[in-house]
Amino acid sequence: MTVIEVNGLTKRYGDRTVVDGVSFTVAEGEIFGILGENGAGKTTTVECISGLRTPDAGTISVFGLDTRGDREQLRRLIGVQLQESQLQDRLRVGEAMQLYSSFYPDPADWRELLAAVGLTEQVRMPYAKLSGGQKQRLSIALALIGNPRVAILDELTTGLDPRARRETWKLIRQIRDRGVTVLLVTHFMDEAERLCDRLAVFDGGRIVALDTPAALIANVGDVDGYRANLEDAFLALTGTGRDN
Amino acid sequence: MSALTRLAGSEARLFLREPMSFFFALAFPTVLVVVLGNAIPAFSEPSPDFGGERPINLYLPVVLALAVGTVTMTSLLSVLSQYRERGVLKRLATTPVKPSTLIGAQLAVNIAALVAGAALMMAAAAVVFGSRGPENWPALLVAFLLGSAAMIGVALFIAAVTPNARASAGVGSLVYFPMLFFAGVWTPGDMMPEGARRVADFTPLGAASQALQDAWHGGWPQPLHLAVTAAYAVVTGILAIRLFRWQ
Repeated sequence: MTVIEVNGLTKRYGDRTVVDGVSFTVAEGEIFGILGENGAGKTTTVECISGLRTPDAGTISVFGLDTRGDREQLRRLIGVQLQESQLQDRLRVGEAMQLYSSFYPDPADWRELLAAVGLTEQVRMPYAKLSGGQKQRLSIALALIGNPRVAILDELTTGLDPRARRETWKLIRQIRDRGVTVLLVTHFMDEAERLCDRLAVFDGGRIVALDTPAALIANVGDVDGYRANLEDAFLALTGTGRDN
Repeated sequence: MSALTRLAGSEARLFLREPMSFFFALAFPTVLVVVLGNAIPAFSEPSPDFGGERPINLYLPVVLALAVGTVTMTSLLSVLSQYRERGVLKRLATTPVKPSTLIGAQLAVNIAALVAGAALMMAAAAVVFGSRGPENWPALLVAFLLGSAAMIGVALFIAAVTPNARASAGVGSLVYFPMLFFAGVWTPGDMMPEGARRVADFTPLGAASQALQDAWHGGWPQPLHLAVTAAYAVVTGILAIRLFRWQ
């Protein structure tokens, strides 16, 4: 079953086209990755899917609902973790979870969710006192608080140490195993390779390749006598249409 | 319970945890009146220069205007622009609750704090100096309401047109200090020079202060001052709604 369907999505800021005719579909239960360098149009694409930005052209539907349609119904289905989105300094972890859970008709158990992201001990800690990794994990928990059927996670492991990254990956797989479809934005090759069932490689606002990580790598063959990895595949696919 | 009341409850808790906003909104008007009244003995003695009135009595309605200006130009303005800059509004935009609900909650909290701070100040003035309080309550409430609405409009407008929290704070203080002058903080009652008063009539806080002073002394505000404050409230409010960016 198709959960997300993006068709000819185009978004311009002024006269700069940041997303240029992007189309793809995401199936239920998939971990779908959007891989690309900074400025490739990844975040704008997922912000359009989340309903935070209005596309200049093209259509997006999530569970058959047009993203320009029913705001509330759509937001109950989609949980979003945004890049660089903070909370009030003095808001405590438990208070944030309780408050956000009250926004949804059928929220997850916020204590269970805090335990799943390893923040049970921080329940009374104000947001400003959390470490970068803890803020990131709280952000993931808030994205999942409404029991969404789609989770959109933007650069979720940026700023995490290796151990915390692997913990987070495990959490994402658990979320998927519960039947949640995951749309993951990343610029980390290892994350894309380990976690994603399929990858859309973005370059200059367009999708230059869309396949499983293994197939993307297999297409490249050997590089300098070594077996290629995802980074080789990525470099071979991107950067061709650039000015410099 | 609606999302607005839950958010207002949460914002109220955060407001009380912030020592600066707590002090400036709730305690500042009272502290100012009590300190001034005690530090300057002549302040609480009837004076022929003020037609036999006690200067403190002339000052109390001006302090109300000062309280309105302080809460809107410091607490409200900085919180709104910070919430945008830090992505708090954007995060809320991903939930079924609209980010404008959080702004509504902030307005409710600031208005409540303003009213509490003003009430505390009037009670302190009554206890410490035996102030009789305002002589025309309905007029005072109208003046307070319109003055607050005008300054809330100005705060929303500044938050809408400035690019970040730093710029909001800068523009806020650039507006705040002249506004205090026109409100008569340094020249209460009839002490303001005629030329300055003519300008003050057309500033939101100056008009509000005049209206508050008229009401305090038993009269009704001049139509000009009511019209000026109402016009600021409507025009800046509409512009803010049109121009506000959520991220």
